[in-house]
Amino acid sequence: MTTDAAAIGGMGHSVKRKEDARFLRGKGRYIDDIKLPGMLYMDIVRSPYAHANIKSIDASKALALPGVLAVITGKDLDAAGLAWMPTLMSDKQMVLPVDRVVYQAQEVAAVVATERYIAADGVALVEVDYEPLPPVIDPFKALEPDAPLVRPDREAQTNHIWHWESGDKARTDQLFNEAEVTVKEHIYLPRIHVSSIETCGCVASFDKVSGKLTVYMTTQAPHAIRTVYSLVTGIQEHKIRIVSPDIGGGFGGKVPVYPGYVIASVASIQTGLPVKWIEDRSENLQADSFARDYHITAELAAKNDGTMQALRVKTLADHGAFDAAANPSKFPAGLFSIITGSYRLDAAHVEVDGVYTNKPSGGVAYRCSFRVTEAVHTIERMVDTLAQKLQRDPAAVRMQNFIQPDAFPYKSATGWEYDSGNYPAALQKAMEKIDYAGLRREQAEKRARGELMGIGISTFTEIVGAGPSHTFDILGIKMFDSCEIRVHPTGSAIVRIGVQTQGQGHETTFAQIVAEELGLPVENITVEHGDTDTAPYGLGTYASRSTPTAGAATAVAARKIRDKAKKLAGHLLEVSPDDVEWVDYHFQVKGVPGRSVTMKDIAFAAYTNFPPDLEAGLEAVDYYDPPNLTFPFGAYICVVDIDRGTGMVKIRRFVAVDDCGNIINPMIVDGQIHGGLTMGMAPALFEAITYDENGNMQQSNFMDYLLPTAMETPVWETDKTTTPSPHHPFGAKGVGESATVGAPPAIANAVVDALSHLGVTHLDIPITPWKVYQILQEHGAAES
Amino acid sequence: MSSPSSNAASVSTSASTTTIHLTVNGRTRTLSVEPRRTLLDALREDLHLTGAKPGCNMGQCGACTVLLDGEAVYSCLALAIECQHQAITTIEGLAHDDQLDPVQQAFIDHDALQCGFCTPGQVLALKSLLLRDPHPDDDAIERAMAGNLCRCGAYPKILAAARSLAGRAS
Ligand code: FES
Ligand code: FES
Repeated sequence: MTTDAAAIGGMGHSVKRKEDARFLRGKGRYIDDIKLPGMLYMDIVRSPYAHANIKSIDASKALALPGVLAVITGKDLDAAGLAWMPTLMSDKQMVLPVDRVVYQAQEVAAVVATERYIAADGVALVEVDYEPLPPVIDPFKALEPDAPLVRPDREAQTNHIWHWESGDKARTDQLFNEAEVTVKEHIYLPRIHVSSIETCGCVASFDKVSGKLTVYMTTQAPHAIRTVYSLVTGIQEHKIRIVSPDIGGGFGGKVPVYPGYVIASVASIQTGLPVKWIEDRSENLQADSFARDYHITAELAAKNDGTMQALRVKTLADHGAFDAAANPSKFPAGLFSIITGSYRLDAAHVEVDGVYTNKPSGGVAYRCSFRVTEAVHTIERMVDTLAQKLQRDPAAVRMQNFIQPDAFPYKSATGWEYDSGNYPAALQKAMEKIDYAGLRREQAEKRARGELMGIGISTFTEIVGAGPSHTFDILGIKMFDSCEIRVHPTGSAIVRIGVQTQGQGHETTFAQIVAEELGLPVENITVEHGDTDTAPYGLGTYASRSTPTAGAATAVAARKIRDKAKKLAGHLLEVSPDDVEWVDYHFQVKGVPGRSVTMKDIAFAAYTNFPPDLEAGLEAVDYYDPPNLTFPFGAYICVVDIDRGTGMVKIRRFVAVDDCGNIINPMIVDGQIHGGLTMGMAPALFEAITYDENGNMQQSNFMDYLLPTAMETPVWETDKTTTPSPHHPFGAKGVGESATVGAPPAIANAVVDALSHLGVTHLDIPITPWKVYQILQEHGAAES
Repeated sequence: MSSPSSNAASVSTSASTTTIHLTVNGRTRTLSVEPRRTLLDALREDLHLTGAKPGCNMGQCGACTVLLDGEAVYSCLALAIECQHQAITTIEGLAHDDQLDPVQQAFIDHDALQCGFCTPGQVLALKSLLLRDPHPDDDAIERAMAGNLCRCGAYPKILAAARSLAGRAS
């Protein structure tokens, strides 16, 4: 008996997505599509000031408006002990302020009404009397002794939050003292915002009879939210149900608990009616959590022959008014210590200081939450800076310093154990695909004619799959993940996972994992996720962790089922289970291909004809605690042309060779990489959030905050190498963020390369036409 | 929490409403709306057609795109009362029975969607282009799609779907 592998649709097949059918018919069920009987609407009054005392709030006019049912203020919440809530980083955060606002667009009060438009009218009628205070905007000034305090509520009367460091300082300093050559750059990675096209929101529904609170919520981590809700409110956890419906893009922006969720829940508990809150685009851009905002000073020490020896990094991290980053709790600077990248270094020392400013909380994701993007950008820029100083080719310097394929598992200078990799092969492949030597010749000719062309390389190493319970937890909850599988009598199955999807296609890929392990056709497998009443406990989807953690749990659970199925197969084939083997998606008597049973036969037997020593049923659960993280990597090469008249950078070619280990669905991986590259290009060329000296946020809509469109997106030329993770059950590594992490330095390096003959060694992103134009003007290289 | 003294739950809006007739997906629907109600809200809230999505409510993302007499428009920028007597097509009206529109099918064939939130708008923007010009070149495709943001970055595959519908290999 042979099985048609394509009909099973297991590992490595580009199975079409199960999600598509409903999304394409407009039948997706996103948060704002949910409507419950009697539902009320909530809208939020926000602060126009970055820093101010609230002298009074007068809600009388709003309350006089027909249809307005309530106005909730910080004082109301304070009476219930809910004016503050904990953040994931052991800080606390205001839900609604009692007497002081600490960033522009902070929530000040909430209006609950029978209609959405009336709630908005009500917001306009709430009168708040503010006394403006001097804001702290610049994180460097925040540390000066006379700086105003952002958080006088804290015991430590300073804007300094924490100091974190990693690596060997003494050894690093020694290598720098003895170094033949050193390079140093100041690198700023500005604040950026994920801006998923769906904003955040919720529908909170409290049932007064049963005492159960159900909250439909744009969240990437429903179980963690349920536990936090229970701890904060005192409601028993079985009386809380968090449902994450279809999510219109997450990218990490839907990991935090936003005040709106909590206020809407309080409003529902108070009124006994469902309450919907949906933020608008400006609220989303102005007040939701931000990414990056790292001010980095990096130094690299090397020998004259280009051998890299040591890396020294000092960083100021602007966290805004609350430290509400979404990192594992023991990692205030995330996994920033991956900063040694793909290179052999004798030593490294990395320091980060977190600072409060009068801005919304930062340190959350932008398709990479754990500071890996900041790390990769730094090391990839520094390698280029070194190559430039030594007048060496940046590809050659990389090849010279790569961790070699036979050196894995490799212990990095900051203590990570890289699982597997083959960096030279990836770079070689990218160089051949793009004809690197030919491009360098072309560049020389163009430069001779005064034309500006640049070639940029990024050979990044990522760190994903958090994570092993000995190191990784969020508020004490270990970062395992889970899967539960039930095979039905007629040979179909339901799979429930602890992670959640926001476009990654989990309903398809997790079914493929089970299809591969059990030999059941992918179309007969349903995947459910996102409902805490039914899904097993898991920590959610972010940081490219779903496949490394819940994907592993799914394979292990399926293998538990297969172990039991083997006993049933022996029973059906009337041989000892030891004489049964799993071949080509079915069980057969060893060496007798003619005597076989399918998983479908076995599923039926599990309910109708099982041996007396075996329980009925065919199901399993697994909680997977990964032994290590996974380390995807890649080699990207970008070619840019610069218009000397406008300073405009055009990406002419972009080759991306990715290695994420074994692939479940190549089509979906390709889409993930396209998306990641686009979200890598965006901050490299277009996006940044800035504030004026009064703390006014300057990009509160998509006319000022420039998301790439189809027109700016180049043709991404993708390719792959495959280096399986040795510790993952099916050798996968995770891929959702690789390209966002790897792309920005390739683009920045290409632009610096184009301008290097003018003496340019570094440009901060985003590299806007204006920035480039000014440089061309300075050097007399602009076209008039 | 402060509450109004009257029994506010029974009070609905006092703003004046107008009765309008909209032809949506071939069916005439009668609605009573405030003059300020957007077409997007009328479709989503009053007619329960939630396929058009609110991504920005200010004409900057395209998630709310519907067809008005075959032209792609941002329904968040149109008032419902302006759309009387015009034929409105939403994503729900594009497939006939179980038969997907070729644009919808091309999105599946080319894997042109991820989270799906921008997708109804993308499909209708492309549909509108193809109604005007069955064989657009790349430039025309990019221009027609430039008003529809996709944060998941599905652009290359959306363009591939468009090229295949325009009769060219991707
Ligand atoms: S919702 Fe209409 S354009 Fe964004
Ligand atoms: S598919 Fe997610 S925004 Fe386009």
